[in-house]
Amino acid sequence: MAILSKSNVPQFSVDVYQNEYLPEGGREVNAIVTVTSTGGGTTGGHPLPGAATGGRSAPDAGVVIMVDCSGSMEYPPTKMRNARDATAVAIDAIRDGVAFAVIAGTHVAREVYPANGALAVAGPETRAQAKQALRRLTAGGGTAIGTWLRLADKLLSSGDAAIRHGILLTDGRNEHEKPEELRSALDICAGRFTCDARGVGTDWEVKELTGIASALLGSVDIVADPAGLAADFQAMMEKAMGKEVADVSLRLWTPQGSEIAFVKQVAPVVEDLTGRRTEAGPRAGDYPTGSWGDESRDYHVCVRVPNAGVGQEMLAARLSLVLPQPDGTPQVLAQGLVRALWTDDMAASTRINPQVAHYTGQAELAQVIQQGLEARKSGDMDGATAKLGRAVQLASASGNEDTAKLLAKVVDVVDAASGTVRLKARVADADEMTLETRSTKTVRVKK
Amino acid sequence: MPPLPESARATQSVTPSLCPNCADPLDADDRYCGSCGLDVTAPPPAAAAPSAPEPSGGADADGQGPATDAFVLAPPKPARAPATDDGGTLALGVVLPGARPADPREEPQVPDGPVCVACGLGGVDDDGYCEHCGHAQPRQRDHQEQELEGVAAVSDRGLRHHRNEDAFAVATASLPDGTPAVAAVVCDGVSTAYRPDDASAAASAAGRASLLAALERGTPAEDAMRAALMSAFEAVTALAAEEEPPGGVPHHNAPACTCVSAVVTGPVFTVGWIGDSRAYWIPDDRTLPAARLTEDDSWAARMVAAGLMSEAEAYADERAHAITGWLGADAVEVDPHVAAFQPEGPGVIVVCTDGLWNYAESPAEMAEAIPVDARSRPLHSARTLLGVALDGGGHDNVTVAVLPFPATVSRAGFPPA
Repeated sequence: MAILSKSNVPQFSVDVYQNEYLPEGGREVNAIVTVTSTGGGTTGGHPLPGAATGGRSAPDAGVVIMVDCSGSMEYPPTKMRNARDATAVAIDAIRDGVAFAVIAGTHVAREVYPANGALAVAGPETRAQAKQALRRLTAGGGTAIGTWLRLADKLLSSGDAAIRHGILLTDGRNEHEKPEELRSALDICAGRFTCDARGVGTDWEVKELTGIASALLGSVDIVADPAGLAADFQAMMEKAMGKEVADVSLRLWTPQGSEIAFVKQVAPVVEDLTGRRTEAGPRAGDYPTGSWGDESRDYHVCVRVPNAGVGQEMLAARLSLVLPQPDGTPQVLAQGLVRALWTDDMAASTRINPQVAHYTGQAELAQVIQQGLEARKSGDMDGATAKLGRAVQLASASGNEDTAKLLAKVVDVVDAASGTVRLKARVADADEMTLETRSTKTVRVKK
Repeated sequence: MPPLPESARATQSVTPSLCPNCADPLDADDRYCGSCGLDVTAPPPAAAAPSAPEPSGGADADGQGPATDAFVLAPPKPARAPATDDGGTLALGVVLPGARPADPREEPQVPDGPVCVACGLGGVDDDGYCEHCGHAQPRQRDHQEQELEGVAAVSDRGLRHHRNEDAFAVATASLPDGTPAVAAVVCDGVSTAYRPDDASAAASAAGRASLLAALERGTPAEDAMRAALMSAFEAVTALAAEEEPPGGVPHHNAPACTCVSAVVTGPVFTVGWIGDSRAYWIPDDRTLPAARLTEDDSWAARMVAAGLMSEAEAYADERAHAITGWLGADAVEVDPHVAAFQPEGPGVIVVCTDGLWNYAESPAEMAEAIPVDARSRPLHSARTLLGVALDGGGHDNVTVAVLPFPATVSRAGFPPA
């Protein structure tokens, strides 16, 4: 496998949006940090022969597909068939040279292909063999996702791929192991590979899958109709193939006496990273961001700085994107500064940065949707109406149309601007689960 | 713990006799202020400025020293007037949070470059911030001084603004007939505009260059002054056309500044201005009345001129300082005001921004504030006036130029034009 050389690493850029002016006595500094990676020879996710990518060798990546084969996958029988088809499509989307494996998941994890305790290297022959092996997949047994993840980790670590990714498909709850077992599996796997999770049908637990995707820095979504699996799997695999660099961390240096209130990814989805900090030298900490292709993400950083007098200026945070190198010294890919300036000019200090305002709203949107659905489940209809009404208002004001549409399937919108809604008497499970699963999806500031 | 840098050790050893925060008296063995609870064992912020000019006392100033441009180690901001007991100038109002002894486990490296003026512990990174406490380090423009034969100027960030948006330029030239000419240009960037610091710097440099060139060509001083103001205007206007740097904050107001200049040519001097920066005439004979030479392009001045308000009323209004004339692409009308004067006796011309005249508004107050020997010690006088503004609160950037009249330029020592 080729060593990930510098030329393959995409260009990272960091843009900081903030109002750096604080009033007298002000301590909280908010900034939106947009991180964009471009170049690095990605092909927009399309599998291309080596020659077309400028002679670049195959991506140094390994992928494991975990397919739920529990007994419930047989009801209706189309589910298993669709899962098999989707996996086949995903296998076709794996680029030549990428290492891969397929796992069948029940109350235990079983290797389906190559079934030799390691990964196969994608090529016409191995792809055909893998698809052949899929035919032997049958439904039967329970669900213990932690065991699947542990096996995926074992297989991925058998190779030396730089970018390690998993794709997990399930249709049911994690019923055959204790929640702690899944938790400990996630603790082991976090930082070792990234994983996208998909729930098919409506019998799975949203919190379980969002927890897995969140811990493993991947995406999560619902595929309510099994017929949609193939297209979704293809898109997911193509996205995975577009990743060029793994294990990128957001490093935050803050001055003596300051504290980090929170660090959140706010676009494309809300993901609180505050608790994921690992120390990286004096007053610096690293927050994992996983792997990157050609993409752009936004982070909301909130730092509480020590108070200083009017006229003072200080650096509230220095942000850098760092990539660990084989020799241990981190390579800094891009940097940005978050500043604090104390002023007695009220016009300057009371101005709210539009980006900060927008993402504060988007984070609240995700929160009120979750709270509203929670209240609805527990029978608190007034609370649910209030929360979901607020969600409708936020989604409408920020132009988050996708979320607004999902909300409209759960509530009747009387007036979006004021957030006046009525709960629908009957809501399809799929609609409610879709809203919950996608509640953290955000939109960017309208230009 | 590695040895602290020299300056840091010096600042840590002494417990001040007054609390730097609330000025309550302290005993020698006090570790905390009994009144406000401040940890007085912490190094007093930035008292480590070895060469900070004493704005309030200032008796050590060498009146006729060489030009002190490029004041590399600018005086640190927070403790502008150290706790001297002379004139009640306890301006140490700022307690810096980083200013406490560091956890010894935490400081592995001794900075080999410059050391932070705020905490005395961290080194300074490439962006000009402390690597320990994050505080911005003084920049060259925070405090600048320049003295030429016949003119001196001082510019300072003040105590409440985070950067210095004022700028000045001083120059000497000789007219075609050999008469020396001494000029000072003072500009005040408009804070609400974009890049006000660049605006004032561009305007002062362009104004100076234009004025000198015109005078050396033999253009009458008044015409030269008018042309210089227009050159300054064009320089600021050109900034608006420049492309903003990628990733920069989008701006709504074009760069803008005020400008006031004075030039002494033989028996007369000429003043030109746009905006609310001012020039004053202070005669040596203090029994003679001092005079304000400029008329502000400001809301207050207009109200007074129109007879709608008394001066006191107008300046008490919060709109008083809204300017009605400025240099910049969005200026409504550019109307350079120029006036020439031929005083009877010797004196000095004080050219300044509102950061000074807010604290000595009337000519009498200005005459009171400036030392009696101003004409022989212009740099000392400029520093003294700066001290007046800082003692008054230093709410704005302060820039002042002092020009002795008649010009104290010895022809022999005058550089060939």
